[in-house]
Amino acid sequence: MQDLKTDSPNGVYVAHCRNGELAYQYDSATGKAVFYPRVIAPGSGTDTLEWRVSAGLGTVYATTVVHTRGADPHNVALIDLDEGFRMMSRVEQADPMAVRIGQRVRVRMHPENGEQPPYPVFVPAEAGA
Amino acid sequence: MSGLSRGSIAIVGAAESELGQVAPGTSPVDLMAQATFRALADCGLGLADVDGVFTAASQLRMPTLSLCDYLGLRPRYQDGTGIGGSSFMSHVAHAMAAIEHGLCEVALIAYGSTQRSVSRAAASPREYNPYETPYRPFLPASAYALAASRHMHEFGTTREQLAEVAVAARQWALLNPVAWEKAPLSIQQVLEARMVSYPLSVRDCCLVTDGGGAVILTSAARARDLKRPPAYVLGVGECLSHASISGMPDLTTTGAAVSGAQAYAMAGLAAQDVDAALLYDAFTINTILFLEDLGFCPKGEGGRFVAGGAIAPGGRLAVNTAGGGLSYCHPGMYGLLLLIEAARQLRGECGARQVANCEVAIAHGNGGVLSSQVTVLLGSEAAL
Repeated sequence: MQDLKTDSPNGVYVAHCRNGELAYQYDSATGKAVFYPRVIAPGSGTDTLEWRVSAGLGTVYATTVVHTRGADPHNVALIDLDEGFRMMSRVEQADPMAVRIGQRVRVRMHPENGEQPPYPVFVPAEAGA
Repeated sequence: MSGLSRGSIAIVGAAESELGQVAPGTSPVDLMAQATFRALADCGLGLADVDGVFTAASQLRMPTLSLCDYLGLRPRYQDGTGIGGSSFMSHVAHAMAAIEHGLCEVALIAYGSTQRSVSRAAASPREYNPYETPYRPFLPASAYALAASRHMHEFGTTREQLAEVAVAARQWALLNPVAWEKAPLSIQQVLEARMVSYPLSVRDCCLVTDGGGAVILTSAARARDLKRPPAYVLGVGECLSHASISGMPDLTTTGAAVSGAQAYAMAGLAAQDVDAALLYDAFTINTILFLEDLGFCPKGEGGRFVAGGAIAPGGRLAVNTAGGGLSYCHPGMYGLLLLIEAARQLRGECGARQVANCEVAIAHGNGGVLSSQVTVLLGSEAAL
């Protein structure tokens, strides 16, 4: 089990992000990927979740474009990673309305900015990393 | 839910507080207390009769304590279940268990919010989520927009069909004297309204109003001696499926499929038995999802089901007859207002919007981002 006096699930995740890696967990009891990172696996209750690094390729599962007063509209999407987990992120391309469900995407790490640690975003897969 | 007895309790008193925009300085507890007073007057009971208190609120950390203090109540039984807008349907289920087991005899469920007055951001501050907040979703709207995008992709649902839900709600609201919206609405106006989170425009989103409500429940035996016709609780069902939208297993199927099946099984009823459907319409996609998941049409057909004014006054199914969260009122956690409208429809006191021969009503609550789904089936004496 994760020792919460030395590190947290989110701490490990962010450390991977700083290495340019999208990390997730794997539950050997169910053979399933787990995301967001946790101490205990959902359902099975496994306390020995294994950290893995995603290859960073996925498919857009759902998409929206958020309109905020005084700012350009921006994309928010749910991405199904090939390893079998889903996460919220955004697809960065010129027109946020052009993001399509089923579109193949590749992860890119958004750089650290002040108090905001680096976090994974996606670009169209054909655009490369 | 198994373990509970069909028709063992009834809603005997029901009332709204002031709705819309309340005076500066009004507190959420003022509204809860006002609604409680009105609901007790509605059934002819007094504060001294209340021995079970159930509340939820987003502006109060401990709303049951706040209301008990305000009204001088010392209940034998209390429950502050807070799972969003469906909390009050859960309170009905939990009150049913408590009354059946003699833990209390007269249950009060109350809610109040001043979110219009103090702003939605102040009334419902969101938790920071390191896996969602950096992407700046406009929650809850963006979560429902994601579900809508998926529904459109899988089933060909259109923005026009979503707009039908808003237009139908508006037509019902125009028949309700206390509804917030007073002017007609067209599909074109919904489509051209300011975009919030595509595909949802501001007219696909619920209102931001102040308001509150209260219902009083007691045993069926005691209910028959009170002033108003009882609205018997025939079935209840609960389903919690996720917290954040990224954790929802399938964005086109909600937990209503589970909670509805539980409630129908307990009641011995099916969708075709329902005369009035009160479905938590925080966003237009909700109504479509719940019509499907509660068995009014097959999965994927919700958009086509609502087309052509089918859920508007005079349509094939009476849905959200008070005007819904979209056009009547939406004080943050709206579920209690659905229970109030259901009881009123069953009593036959809804005036211009009354559903003829209304014997069975479904009040379906939704909380979080399609996260908690709780269904209550209510019936008049004729449905027992």
